[in-house]
Amino acid sequence: MCLGIPGQITAITDEAREMAMAEVSGVQREVSLAPVADRPLGELVGQWTLIHVGFAMAIIDEDEAARTLEALRDLGEAQETLDAMAEGQKALEGTQ
Amino acid sequence: MKHVTEFRDPALAKGLLAEIARLCEQIGARREKPVQIMEICGGHTHAIFRFGLDKLVHQGIEFIHGPGCPVCVLPMSRVDECIEIAERPGVIFTTFGDAMRVPGTRGSLMQAKARGADIRMVYSPLDALEIARRNLEREIVFFGLGFETTTPSTAFAIQAAAREGVKNFSVFCNHITVPEPIRALLSDPHMSLNGFIGPGHVSMVIGTHPYDFIAQEFRKPIVVAGFEPIDLLQSVAMVLRQVAEGRAEVENQYARVVPEHGNPASLAAIADVYARRPSFEWRGLGEIDASGLRIRPAYAAFDAEEKFGVGYGATVARHVPEPEGCACGAVMTGRIKPTACPQYGLGCTPETPLGALMVSSEGACAAYWQYGGARGAAA
Repeated sequence: MCLGIPGQITAITDEAREMAMAEVSGVQREVSLAPVADRPLGELVGQWTLIHVGFAMAIIDEDEAARTLEALRDLGEAQETLDAMAEGQKALEGTQ
Repeated sequence: MKHVTEFRDPALAKGLLAEIARLCEQIGARREKPVQIMEICGGHTHAIFRFGLDKLVHQGIEFIHGPGCPVCVLPMSRVDECIEIAERPGVIFTTFGDAMRVPGTRGSLMQAKARGADIRMVYSPLDALEIARRNLEREIVFFGLGFETTTPSTAFAIQAAAREGVKNFSVFCNHITVPEPIRALLSDPHMSLNGFIGPGHVSMVIGTHPYDFIAQEFRKPIVVAGFEPIDLLQSVAMVLRQVAEGRAEVENQYARVVPEHGNPASLAAIADVYARRPSFEWRGLGEIDASGLRIRPAYAAFDAEEKFGVGYGATVARHVPEPEGCACGAVMTGRIKPTACPQYGLGCTPETPLGALMVSSEGACAAYWQYGGARGAAA
């Protein structure tokens, strides 16, 4: 449960709260940019990041993102993370 | 199990396996007298089994599976306390899904949910905070669990709650740290490890310097590693090269993700929100000095221990002995293999886990079970 998953930042959703939309394996998820917010947030749009429990923990390059995703898919961790994201959404709605 | 021909770069993998074999011969490592390398991180344990690296490498290498799986080291008493909080009237208890099946003395969180407690699996502490914003009449508690990769996210959520003045959100903080249990293992006079593979994503947060003591005080090599099979093979070769040359250093195989000094924003959030506990209980390892984090008094309003009077925040933290016959402690410290546990595959399976190492895919016993087969089949 300590593994991050690569996701690409697609848009800033809340500048003040440092929140952004990320695409993770085809799934859209709002994430916090707090760990990488040491630069203007707009510069992060289009960047690949390692996302862990809803936080972009590090900026990585596209090749690293592809390789990491492949390793996570092999381990079954990618699907586990996507399932957890879906569960999180249900928890918000109280439908779990 | 994968074969080396299925690796992304089979030629590189074969070259590394040959290099590992050559170094094993040079050191004189063999099955009867192996070089013991502990992979600290549960994610690495899972990867080693998934890719069959333990079988691909020279037989002079023995992987010892470290304590780096947060749910595996979670004591039964902490699970009991989670259930105690979750069953209070008005509480919505939120947790990562990984913790749902860990057995406590009154069953697991999953069983408490079935009995009617409002327990919800979240992906992020931010989900828990959002549930608090949407349910102002309820008390939302987030179970803060995990090592330094996860620790900053809980801290950021607490800071956000404080900034926004959210009153109905608190954290049951059970965050733990990687270096301290390694110090405890190295201080054991029976310790026979030759080197370590250091965690990748934990190190992305804390950097490589927190491991300096391993090389400087205990004279053991440690190599921080990525999660691809090639990363792990390369790291094993780097540890062996240090052993062969009589060096003990902290090396970083995963520099493309792990900065030497970690992630400054995450480290600042950790320092702001948490203080170290004098000691913390680890399942199978006992109390370890300074290995757990609590929430600082400045954020007491968000500390579930203070709010509910449980855990280390109560007068005395409870200790519950492990179930009869459970050998998780011996497996965790590398004294025995999972298959040597009397309960392995009998009283303890992934469907009905007795000990925590059988719960998570990152636990050594679950990995043996999944990739090694039933009792007796695993080597």
